[in-house]
Amino acid sequence: MTLDNILASLFPDGHDVRNVNGVIFGSAMLRSGARTLVIGVADRTAVGVDEAIRLSGHVLDSLDQGSGPILILVDSDSQRMSKRDELLGLNEFLSHLAKVLIYADINGRPTIGLLYGHSAAGALLATGLATRVLVGLPGADPAVMDLPSMAKVTKLSIETLQEKAKSTPVFAPGLSNLARMGAVHVVWNNAAPLADQMEALLADMPAVHDRRDALGKERGGRLKAADIAERVRELALQTR
Amino acid sequence: MTALLRHVAPAERISSTSFSEASARTRVELLLDPGSFVEFIGPEKREISPHLRIFDLPEQFDDGIVVGHGRLDGSPVFIAAQEGRFMGGAFGEVHGAKLTGLLRAARQIRSTPVLVLFDTGGVRLQEANAGELAIAEIMRALMEARTAGVKVIGLIGGRSGCYGGGGLIAGCCSALAVSEPGRIAVSGPEVIETNRGVEEFDSRDRALVWRTMGGKHRRLLGAADVFTDDTMQDFREAALDLLGLVGTFGLDKLKAEQMRLGDRLRRFGACEDAVDIWTADGIAHAETVPELSADQFIALANRIGRTSRDAR
Repeated sequence: MTLDNILASLFPDGHDVRNVNGVIFGSAMLRSGARTLVIGVADRTAVGVDEAIRLSGHVLDSLDQGSGPILILVDSDSQRMSKRDELLGLNEFLSHLAKVLIYADINGRPTIGLLYGHSAAGALLATGLATRVLVGLPGADPAVMDLPSMAKVTKLSIETLQEKAKSTPVFAPGLSNLARMGAVHVVWNNAAPLADQMEALLADMPAVHDRRDALGKERGGRLKAADIAERVRELALQTR
Repeated sequence: MTALLRHVAPAERISSTSFSEASARTRVELLLDPGSFVEFIGPEKREISPHLRIFDLPEQFDDGIVVGHGRLDGSPVFIAAQEGRFMGGAFGEVHGAKLTGLLRAARQIRSTPVLVLFDTGGVRLQEANAGELAIAEIMRALMEARTAGVKVIGLIGGRSGCYGGGGLIAGCCSALAVSEPGRIAVSGPEVIETNRGVEEFDSRDRALVWRTMGGKHRRLLGAADVFTDDTMQDFREAALDLLGLVGTFGLDKLKAEQMRLGDRLRRFGACEDAVDIWTADGIAHAETVPELSADQFIALANRIGRTSRDAR
């Protein structure tokens, strides 16, 4: 689905969401009557220092003035891979965006990510993976890293990686693989009105509690993470 | 070698051992008060990665991270240390889950700070989805812990640096101490070169790598609060200093960080090289910064460098 189609289906009563150079910003009225802040990344734009600071600024402004949930739409490249972005401390800008989103979620502004296109690596960590609930739309194609870079780092050939990607969900790109890990909570139906599915999600919003590892275990994608984290937590609590 | 070292007095060992060259276990042992460390899910439990065998890669019984509890100058701390010599210290499913569990406990206890000794290339690509998500869970658990009042101090000085998602986790910490070998970035030099070409970034130009991503630049920018020499003694003192300095986390910190980073973009956004940034920051003969000794650099940084502990 295109961004315009998604916005029309999500907000049939209208919205003022704009896409300026790949950064999405605006607000819309929900069925419940509450307003939602809408931010995001469009057109497979890379998330660099300039994009990240605009996004975090929009959320901080909304924390002062607004209420209601925060929706972040994602069709991005990975983080912008450039000398300038690293020189200026891209890790801080991406962390800052994630921190602002996490802070908002903990403090009464539930965050929902909607992954409708591509995303990867640091861009995904700072946007969709920093929300309470990440929703996927059919056709979304997230990846942790592009295969040429992966080949360079792992010293494996691209052909080997493509072959293994077919059989190994823990490593292979794609929405269904991320869902099996517990990263994507639900994949919506793009043939039905998104407004209905959003209303259902908001009516049954998970509690502020990171259950993604438990979800990954239930779905068979990550069998160890939840148990290891829980064992360490219990051992650490015994030191009190 | 080990037998010999046991005869060396602890005080001498801690001041003569290089952080960057030590293993994760040695770092933990020497950073904390002698004999105080207790590990959670140590190597004897053999909780290995379930994914590496798919790639015919060797496993490690602790999956490349040591987590546990100990004392620092008499006070209780939680500690996590990545082993940069195993898979480049990368975050896999088990590796990441140990740190997540530690941070979740710290959030409940509230009063016990957490030290994170980073040494990582980022996500372990052989288990990329699990590693990426582990980093997201660590960031969430870290910010929930900070929101509950926990101080989380990052120490960066390992040979693998602090790259990829590790750089994002570092950005979530209450404060960072970094040494010259400690590089902090998201995209590594080879990744930038692969994607954008050697004209954008020559990964074999080590001087370029160090001045763009290295500890000195990060200290001058304010990305790290303390620059330290590469000994275990220096890192221990840095950790104690930072534990005494950082305050509580809240919305004011995030607003201050927005201002801090925005100001950085306005001042330095058009600079093409770290030397241009240092020059714009008022450092005379900025091109000599990489050659300064740790003591000389610390004096310079204390005079000119920014701090960020009230804005992160």
